[in-house]
Amino acid sequence: MTMTLILHFFIIVPLVGFLLSLFISDKNERLISGTAFITLGTQFIAFSVFLLYYLFNNHPTLNLKDIVLYKSSGYEFFIDFCFDKITAVYMAVGTFLTFMVTIYSRAYLHREPGYKRFFNTILFFYFGYTITVFSGNLETLFVGWEILGISSFLLIAFYRDRYLPVKNALKVFSIYRIGDVGLILAMWMTHHLWHANITFLQLNNKELVHEHLQNHSLIGVFIALMILITAAAKSAQLPFSSWLPRAMEGPTPSSAIFYGSLSVHLGVFLLLRTHTFWAEQYSIRILIGVLGLATSLIASSIARVQSSIKSQVAYSSISQIGLIFIEIALGFENLALVHFAGNAFLRTYQLLVSPSVVTYLIREQFYNFEHRENTIEDSIPQKIKYSLYLLSLKEWYLETFIFRMWRPFKKTGRKMNFLTVKLLFKLFIPSYIIGLICLYYENSIPTVIHDYLPVLFAFIGLVLILKSYTERKSVKLGWVLIIMNHFWIALAISFNEHFKYTQSLLYLSGILVAGVFGFILLNNLKQKEPQVNLHRFQGYSFKYPTMSFIFLLCCLGLTGFPITPTFIGEDLIFSHIHENQIILAFFVATSLIIDGISAVRIYARIFLGPFIPSKNEVNFI
Amino acid sequence: MKNNISHFDEYEALHKLKHYLPAQASLKDFIHHNTLHGFQNLKFYKGIIYASELFGSNVSLSIEEYRKLYKSSRIKDDILEKVIEERLGAEYVNEWKEKVLNKEFNHVASARIGKLRHNWKEQYHINLDSLVHPILFRTLCSYLDQGISIWNFPVHNKGFLSSIREIERNSYTSFFKSKRVKELLNNHCQMSELLKILVGDESLYENYIFDQQFAHPGWSGIVSAIEDNPKTLLDARKITVHELVMLELLMEIDAMDTKFNENWSPLSYKLKKQPPYLFRDVEKTEYHEAITILQDAFEWSYYDEVLAGIKNQKQIKKTNSLKSFQAMFCIDDRECSMRRNLEHIDSTCETFGTPGFFNAEFYYQPEHGKFYDKLCPAPLNPKYLIKELESTEKRETEFHHSKRTHSLFTGWIITHTVGFWSAFKLFYNIFRPTMSPATASSFKHMDQFSQLTIENKSLEDTENNLQIGFTLTEMADRVEGLLRSIGLVDNFAKIIYAIGHGSSSVNNPHYAAYDCGACSGRPGSVNARVICHMANHPEVRKILSSRGLHIPDETQFIGGLHDTTRDDITFFDKKTLSDTNMDNHIRNKFVFKRALDLNSRERSRRFESINTKLSLEEIHNRTRRRSVSLFEPRPELNHATNALCIVGPRNLSDHLFLDRRSFLNSYNYKTDLEGKYLLNILKAVAPVCGGINLEYYFSRVDNEVFGAGTKLPHNVMGLFGVANGTDGDLRPGLPSQMIEVHDPVRLLVIVEHFPEVVLDTIKKDLATYEWFINEWIHLVVVHPDTHLFFLLKNGKFSEYKLLKQDSESVSDYLSLLSSDLENLPVTLIEEQI
Repeated sequence: MTMTLILHFFIIVPLVGFLLSLFISDKNERLISGTAFITLGTQFIAFSVFLLYYLFNNHPTLNLKDIVLYKSSGYEFFIDFCFDKITAVYMAVGTFLTFMVTIYSRAYLHREPGYKRFFNTILFFYFGYTITVFSGNLETLFVGWEILGISSFLLIAFYRDRYLPVKNALKVFSIYRIGDVGLILAMWMTHHLWHANITFLQLNNKELVHEHLQNHSLIGVFIALMILITAAAKSAQLPFSSWLPRAMEGPTPSSAIFYGSLSVHLGVFLLLRTHTFWAEQYSIRILIGVLGLATSLIASSIARVQSSIKSQVAYSSISQIGLIFIEIALGFENLALVHFAGNAFLRTYQLLVSPSVVTYLIREQFYNFEHRENTIEDSIPQKIKYSLYLLSLKEWYLETFIFRMWRPFKKTGRKMNFLTVKLLFKLFIPSYIIGLICLYYENSIPTVIHDYLPVLFAFIGLVLILKSYTERKSVKLGWVLIIMNHFWIALAISFNEHFKYTQSLLYLSGILVAGVFGFILLNNLKQKEPQVNLHRFQGYSFKYPTMSFIFLLCCLGLTGFPITPTFIGEDLIFSHIHENQIILAFFVATSLIIDGISAVRIYARIFLGPFIPSKNEVNFI
Repeated sequence: MKNNISHFDEYEALHKLKHYLPAQASLKDFIHHNTLHGFQNLKFYKGIIYASELFGSNVSLSIEEYRKLYKSSRIKDDILEKVIEERLGAEYVNEWKEKVLNKEFNHVASARIGKLRHNWKEQYHINLDSLVHPILFRTLCSYLDQGISIWNFPVHNKGFLSSIREIERNSYTSFFKSKRVKELLNNHCQMSELLKILVGDESLYENYIFDQQFAHPGWSGIVSAIEDNPKTLLDARKITVHELVMLELLMEIDAMDTKFNENWSPLSYKLKKQPPYLFRDVEKTEYHEAITILQDAFEWSYYDEVLAGIKNQKQIKKTNSLKSFQAMFCIDDRECSMRRNLEHIDSTCETFGTPGFFNAEFYYQPEHGKFYDKLCPAPLNPKYLIKELESTEKRETEFHHSKRTHSLFTGWIITHTVGFWSAFKLFYNIFRPTMSPATASSFKHMDQFSQLTIENKSLEDTENNLQIGFTLTEMADRVEGLLRSIGLVDNFAKIIYAIGHGSSSVNNPHYAAYDCGACSGRPGSVNARVICHMANHPEVRKILSSRGLHIPDETQFIGGLHDTTRDDITFFDKKTLSDTNMDNHIRNKFVFKRALDLNSRERSRRFESINTKLSLEEIHNRTRRRSVSLFEPRPELNHATNALCIVGPRNLSDHLFLDRRSFLNSYNYKTDLEGKYLLNILKAVAPVCGGINLEYYFSRVDNEVFGAGTKLPHNVMGLFGVANGTDGDLRPGLPSQMIEVHDPVRLLVIVEHFPEVVLDTIKKDLATYEWFINEWIHLVVVHPDTHLFFLLKNGKFSEYKLLKQDSESVSDYLSLLSSDLENLPVTLIEEQI
């Protein structure tokens, strides 16, 4: 039991370190990096001791049911931690690498503007990482997952006054968001499958899993698929792979641990964690194996043609992770863990020494130059060879694919170009009120119509959020649309099932607070800077750093980040969607994906990017 | 500036384009040059203001920065007034002083380049750059790649465009989607045909190409540099800017066709108003006048202090007393303090400065090397080759850079095994940084125990049209030229050192910028050994004697290499020393060691992470550690803060504390009354020191446009350049870590000679004259008899009257070196001699 309680310690240390680091003056480099150093040093030593103790005590699987955050009949949202060999390996590798990189960055980032921001984000990331690897149920994992997503966004956009880092950060965030919603949908179905929130420990009970899946094999497939999508997005497997090289925009050490090693291996972690759940579903195992194989082949062909060092390491890492997927599919769990550790160490180090490649390889070339080295590809017929080369050079059109994926959403959104803030209020406020009235007299509505209402309202919500996603002119319109989207979703679900309005309130509380606050900020900004729009990145964080930070918090609140009850509310909302309402679930899930992207996009367009009046970067544009 | 042209001549347009593109070659040949070389035909201020309008860049500090300098008295009040008076007249002093110090200027630099192409976004709602750039850059980089990729560009023996055509012809996939573009490519169409489709109006073609190429100046620049100097890539590639423009035009049409199905009208049809001609004259504004005044005031606040120091320092005529030793160093500003420290430890030694190739120009081929390294200033084309023989050094390998880690199956095995070794290496490298095979070490350039083919066996002994070694006369010429140019013609000491310099760093793609500029960005070790061998040769001595240069038999030359990052010196060929000289050398070695310790402490005051109060030894160890630490982006500060170049005898400045800000070239007008050697010196000083100075200047004032930005996110592209991230443009110029402590002031060259001789001398070489006459470098002459200063202005010398009359002085300059990052004032050193 004491061993179980100690788990708290490893969550609290990074949290305390992160919170403390927020309050240090950004001029005091020594104290900032010192805080990070002590936090990770403490964690590293304590965890090493714990690990030894754990190993000498027959390494039991530990589970700790922590605070229950919300409880109602048939629904319980609780935080749960567990510890087993998977956590042990991930924690050991993660803590070691983060600790090393913290020390590395102390000197490396010296005098860099954003020194504090860097260490804040690293600590925040590490905190999210710890929660994720210690998580004992999907809900807890989701908390960590969200933190990882947003801290990744902040790290990629570390050079926030330049165009490409911000653009790529947004791109990566969009893909992460797909993963997030995969996770929500997986949680949704597990609730229906078990009629309770289940811990990973319970999943280890094969009979239990088997018993539940026997009559609901389709649900089982669905959950496993969602988990696989989430894992593939996070681990840059097909078709998402092209985000990884583009994430290498931050300072080299952050790229090294996050995108070279820790972050990309979390998809693997998710698969290992849920292994017992899908292990009996052979179709899923085959799918994971095939996905891994396809990724490893394609990614290594892309890696072979890369002529920049970081993208080469990125694609090699992806191809190795593809192999890890195969190992997991084949059931070689331990091998996968060893492979993860080896790959993480190797790629981190390769990225850290990547600037040395010029000295080293130029010297190699100077002494060992051969006019053309023969490669394996020379044995392929010419026409196929050229085609393959060209395909690999173009990353097998993966980037185009991702770009195209958003196109239908953008098109729909642009169809709504006639909307203005005024029209929006005129059109949607009355109709929402009508909706509310309908809800009040719900019983008098014919069932045929009633059944369609949730889908209709969810659709209206979706259309609104698509408009927000493509809005280019009015910042306020973009923002209000996100808030409205949530209200329509709440209305839709209210029609779907009878439940206490307190649950809707729980869901909307965070939205409302964050939404109103954000609106006030935007209003304020608009008065000071009338020309602000969503046309391009405008970099106002340069001029209004505090406002930028508070607005970021508002965005997080609005997107259901685990700082407001909305986070639980989102999960709760889904528990009221029945397992056969695929269309409704699809609309709501898509809304959630897009609303996150849309809010962060508004933040990025206003506060990130080059601040033109100061001419931080013109770069001849 | 010509007026708008309506007829488009693609070769003329491309020629003009190449003139303005960044001229930086590949990383291994990083040679400093004036970033705005394209504007050097204009007067300095006119040129930079022009550039500012064209590129929308900063070309000076911001008004706020200048005002801060004024408040901290680094811009002096009296100088400011004097500058205004000279520029505008005495009646404007008050008005303009008020303006430059308090007026609010709403100046926003907006770029002329890019305005035309911006209409794609405005009128067509298409972001062509984000559609075209990533794949264009990747194709270019793969074609030029020097050894990162495992699978190289499949066609390589043809030109760039032909290679692409070849792949297109034999492939199931294509670079393009549009059928029309494929046809255009195969039909070898003209550039104007493509421009007609894209732009339409012929008078805009040139403008369009400038817009297009300056949307990625880094990539266009490297292509232009490779076109002009293919040798900058060891694995040569045929490519021209013409081909780059053609491919980009095709890709742009392809992107447009994909979006609009060939149903789109050229850009010019949709223009709301005709964009003005790119190269029209710039209207000078009050803001421009203000930065001109402030920059002048900033520069002269410092120069005036320097000149006052030169006037006030006691010129002690050194008697013909016995010298303990003599040492020649590179003119490099980093040796400025090294020489002072040597003289401080041993007041009887004498030091000289000369370009670090020691007047011996040749190509060098290390043993087993497949290529030649040029070891002389970049503009020279040597006819000689020196080969290294009998080297016993082994090159170590490093598996982390091995391509095998990137392939699927060997990668699988490696991650499971050596992958874990990486964790250990990481740990070790963080806590105990040491030399590794990936370190760029100055001492690896040449095996110090190897043999060099310095003497030519016979004139037939050649390789690739290069003569192997020098003949006796050729050697004598080199030695004589060197000694006469620095004025070392008598009073030879027993040992004369020739110390080249180099640098060591790790994780530093810009390593070549840290080595000796006079050796084309390589360490100067081979040159030091070569010149000493020549000067020690008995036959050469005989020839020299016959030319009136008598070097005593007991005098011996010995080469060495100073590692400016680690502050270590290695001496070569010590076995050649006579027994007495060996004893002398052992004594001198001790002097060098102490001086190096002092030097590393002097440097350490600029490093925040080193406490200057620590013991000398500890400080020195920490500076050494910087050179091998993976996580140290500032192994040394290189040429940062450089501002001066003194051409004259050592006693012109040996009692001045110049804070490592001066290039020092030894020269004695008495041995060169007609200025024959002076011409050679200034011919090198202008492009080398001036180039360094201006590259630092522009990288400092606009690190985003002219510099490389912070080096922390850099990604190495094809081994020849760095970019931000994976899809970014190449970043030529200097990273912010190299320039952050630099004060952007132009170089002031101070020559001791007669003004009329100097004027005649610089006029002899037009390229050199341009630097001075257009004021990209300032030139002040110290009159040898009257000791008055003469400043070159508008083509003639006129007397410069000092505003500052006296200088601060200290008895021990070591007391100045407290931990302070700022530049120190010019101070007289009142030492007992």
